[in-house]
Amino acid sequence: MTSIAIGESAPSFELPDTEGATQALNGDGDTSAPATVVVFTCNHCPYALAWHDRLLAVARDYADEGVRMLLINSNDAERYPRDSFDAMRERVSAEGGWPAPYLRDEDQSVARAYGAKTTPDVFVVAPDGAIAYRGAPDADSGDPGLDAAWLRAALDDVLAGRPVDRAETKPVGCSIKWRQ
Amino acid sequence: MTQPRVELLFWDGCPSHPKALADLRAAMADAGLDPDTVLVREVDTDERAGRERFVGSPTIRIDGEDIDPPPGDEPVGLTCRVYRLRDGRISPTPDPATVREALSNAMTRSIP
Repeated sequence: MTSIAIGESAPSFELPDTEGATQALNGDGDTSAPATVVVFTCNHCPYALAWHDRLLAVARDYADEGVRMLLINSNDAERYPRDSFDAMRERVSAEGGWPAPYLRDEDQSVARAYGAKTTPDVFVVAPDGAIAYRGAPDADSGDPGLDAAWLRAALDDVLAGRPVDRAETKPVGCSIKWRQ
Repeated sequence: MTQPRVELLFWDGCPSHPKALADLRAAMADAGLDPDTVLVREVDTDERAGRERFVGSPTIRIDGEDIDPPPGDEPVGLTCRVYRLRDGRISPTPDPATVREALSNAMTRSIP
């Protein structure tokens, strides 16, 4: 499966979130946000869990600047019940709510459209709808001090209207659990 | 002293086993064991995961015992294991201190 390339238009989607709302991304240009972060993640992967707090901190820290984060779980819940929509709702509720919506990609079409490979796999979408960054949040899931530095740097570049200096890094994590 | 049987079971869909194997071999060398004796086995099907009682990658067993025993209701399957380090951080690999402790315990047990 080919991943979407830097500079290409982000695939549009509409997905349900754990709060009963529908979240959409218009890949032709979402002028309501100066940048959108799309993160493929899940409930059961140690890499996704280790980076989770850092990603939510980015959502909080950039909210005032209008940055939007969408967390998407595309894993096959039949083989991995911990990634079911019910389990997603329970997790968000148990944690007292998240600063970014958690979306269910039941048919995995959004993960396929982006060519997502791992959890996490992070994409930054510029306001014109183009992919500006793709990869890992930072260099090491085991070092909270890195503070999602690659993602933050990419957002800073997009918000300043600059080309992203480090536009692509290797996504690191558990493989997306595709339906068989 | 009998050399303990050290096994590392992994699933290739999880990228953590090279680090786990390096940590394990370093701990074995530190303990005076031959790091090349570790038995590395891939688990690549659900059926095999069931037969091996494999709850995720990587799994390290010494003399058949998991060095960080999972909860009894942990489902078997092809997945990445979630470990909790001694400082509370979540990790895809076991705490190296846990590996060293398990090796030390096994070597103590093997002394007649």
